[in-house]
Amino acid sequence: MNKTVSQDDLLIEEDRPLYVAHRTVYPQSVRGTFRTIKWRLMAVCLGIYYLLPFVRWHRGLGAPDQAVLLDLPNRRFYFFFIELWPQELYYFTGLLVLAAMALFLMNALGGRIWCGYLCPQTAWTDLFYAVERWVEGDRRERLRAAARPITMGRAAKRVLKHAIWLTVAWWTGGAWVLYFADAQTLVRDLATFQAPAIAYIWIGILTASTYLLAGYMREQVCVYMCPWPRIQAALTDEWALNVTYKYDRGEQRCSLKKSVDLRARGERVGDCIDCNQCAAVCPAGIDIRNGAQLGCIQCGLCIDACDAVMKKVGRKTRLIGYDNDINIRRRMDGKSELFKPVRPRTIVYASLIAVVCAVMLYALLSRTLLDLSVLHDRNPVAVKLSDGSIRNGYTVRLLNKRGFDRVVAIDIDGPPEASVHVVGVDSVTVDRPMIVLARDTTTELRVLVTAPVDNKSERSMPVRFRVTDIGLGEVASATDHFVLP
Amino acid sequence: MIEHNDIDRIPGRSTTGHEWDGIRELNTPLPRWWILAFYATILWAIGYWVVYPAWPLLSNYTTGALHYSTRASVVSDLAGLEKLRGEKMAVLGKASLTEIENDPALLALARARGKTVFADNCAPCHGSGAAGAKGYPNLNDDDWLWGGSLDQILQTIQFGARSGHAEAHEGQMLAFGRDGILKIGEIVTVANYVRSLSGLTTAANFDAAAATRIFAENCAVCHGENAKGNQALGAPNLTDGIWLYGSDEATLVETISYGRTGVMPAWSGRLDPITVKALAVYVHSLGGGQ
Repeated sequence: MNKTVSQDDLLIEEDRPLYVAHRTVYPQSVRGTFRTIKWRLMAVCLGIYYLLPFVRWHRGLGAPDQAVLLDLPNRRFYFFFIELWPQELYYFTGLLVLAAMALFLMNALGGRIWCGYLCPQTAWTDLFYAVERWVEGDRRERLRAAARPITMGRAAKRVLKHAIWLTVAWWTGGAWVLYFADAQTLVRDLATFQAPAIAYIWIGILTASTYLLAGYMREQVCVYMCPWPRIQAALTDEWALNVTYKYDRGEQRCSLKKSVDLRARGERVGDCIDCNQCAAVCPAGIDIRNGAQLGCIQCGLCIDACDAVMKKVGRKTRLIGYDNDINIRRRMDGKSELFKPVRPRTIVYASLIAVVCAVMLYALLSRTLLDLSVLHDRNPVAVKLSDGSIRNGYTVRLLNKRGFDRVVAIDIDGPPEASVHVVGVDSVTVDRPMIVLARDTTTELRVLVTAPVDNKSERSMPVRFRVTDIGLGEVASATDHFVLP
Repeated sequence: MIEHNDIDRIPGRSTTGHEWDGIRELNTPLPRWWILAFYATILWAIGYWVVYPAWPLLSNYTTGALHYSTRASVVSDLAGLEKLRGEKMAVLGKASLTEIENDPALLALARARGKTVFADNCAPCHGSGAAGAKGYPNLNDDDWLWGGSLDQILQTIQFGARSGHAEAHEGQMLAFGRDGILKIGEIVTVANYVRSLSGLTTAANFDAAAATRIFAENCAVCHGENAKGNQALGAPNLTDGIWLYGSDEATLVETISYGRTGVMPAWSGRLDPITVKALAVYVHSLGGGQ
């Protein structure tokens, strides 16, 4: 920074309390490129959030036909063509890694893109601001109103505003619960007060949190509650594009009239006419001209505001724009601007995203629809039978992830002459117990393996359990050990 | 008036006036929310005294407006649990033992119920994994004193062995030594003979002919001519590899000299019929029974 910092400024900076009491922000409406991007992204994100539960996806008889459903009671997650079981929760690890890497990549390319355009807090706060502006008027009207005693008309407007806010908040909570049960049924049940209490409780919680966070706490959430501003400060580098006031071009600030005079006299003055429009439109209530700061969510609205003014006064736009410190210094040194979106950092993030995507895709495509797990008895580990042979007991869990019942046979590769018996299963075909697996369930079996042993037998022998779908030929296997007492 | 400059120059705020080696503490009162929360906890505590049992008295305690008692809530919770399980358990009551074992859902239910009941009632003798101990049969193997079919296991659990119950299994291994039926030499001989039946080594000077005669005269009545045992009397098979008390010569001599009268309690009076049924299925499923 070329700004000289006085000792007083430093003191103020150090003595600033950890928490500053809320001061209402009255952001002014603005039009422009970034405002349009924000409106569209908001429409897409909120549209997905509110409408996705109603999208149908046919999965066959007996299975839910909701495209996205987190079926907690039955422990199944449905996401379009994907059906996840509890033991496949590692996909969510993949998703979390992806989300983190996408955030890092965004951050490396364009700073807090997430904060400015995509974060739910930003989206709903923006929506709530829009409602407020629509009901109570723009910045100037509300500032003027705030300075005067309340009137009946304004009280009515305020009631209307809160009513709309609460409706939006309530619908936000309502949409949330629809992801956890069949949406159409739940909407009907909610309307007729037949829905489970937990649904109403969650709607209540999310209504309250949306109303409070988007209506009252707003930028306070970003500054005091959200960890991301701190993390992103550690992740960013000098190449990342950030919403920046180009002080090399803007300083010294000078009113329009005065600047014309001064320029006519050949003196150098900056392009900033100190109209404060950038600060007036800021939803976080900060002045971007003070440099990069914690409160800035980089939504770009100050760019729109500044551009509008610059056009009006016939100066070049993007006095505030996506830029970085390197280019400010380069311009001051008379060098050309330099943008480097492809750097080791972004390459690493992008390749990690690609790798995780590939791994997840592979896991998804190669996931088995018949599976088993084997647990050896721990007490006793082995039993001696009257004829001297040894028997081991196992708990075998079979998973049928298909949407229909099927018949499987169990057999083993194990110690020589070993035989297998499943408790409660009499039907044995060609020495193999046959089991019926109900669709989309797990079946737990007690399996006994008996083998004659002699003094040459090893203390522990591998035994492989194999299940074969006798109709489809699908095979799954798992290995355990056959041990002697 | 305190003699100090009670305004700290840098933040411009008052201090407590105390000074430690030139360091003064800023006067920062507790935040209002904290004070309010503190008073709220006091109010809460008073509410607690009124509503719940709180004050110990000399011989009793204040019971509170709700008359809450953990014991009463446990009793009602247990009753609620029984009611909750009632319907499912009633299905076990109606189905036959074989039906239960051949229906995966019923088998799982019976095994779950049997497992907990076993841990509470049977594990002290038979071990938590039912592997038994000296004198207490291993329930995982295929050697059954009183029979290993579902019905036989059920009967043994219901009435026990030598339990004093009218329908209990009865059968006695006589004390051949203590009661003077056999002489010590004969006992050692027949002990070696029994070992030979299951292929164990015998003493060098063991008289096989005499042993056969002694066994036929004294033991065959219960254990059978071929020593395969008799489940009606609880007489074990002496030709297999499983020994309840041990197979070495000293243990066998002890067994023959003093007899064995292991007792299995009758459970029909302590556990309800459905639970006993679940327990029988569980035990049968451990090793697949016989």
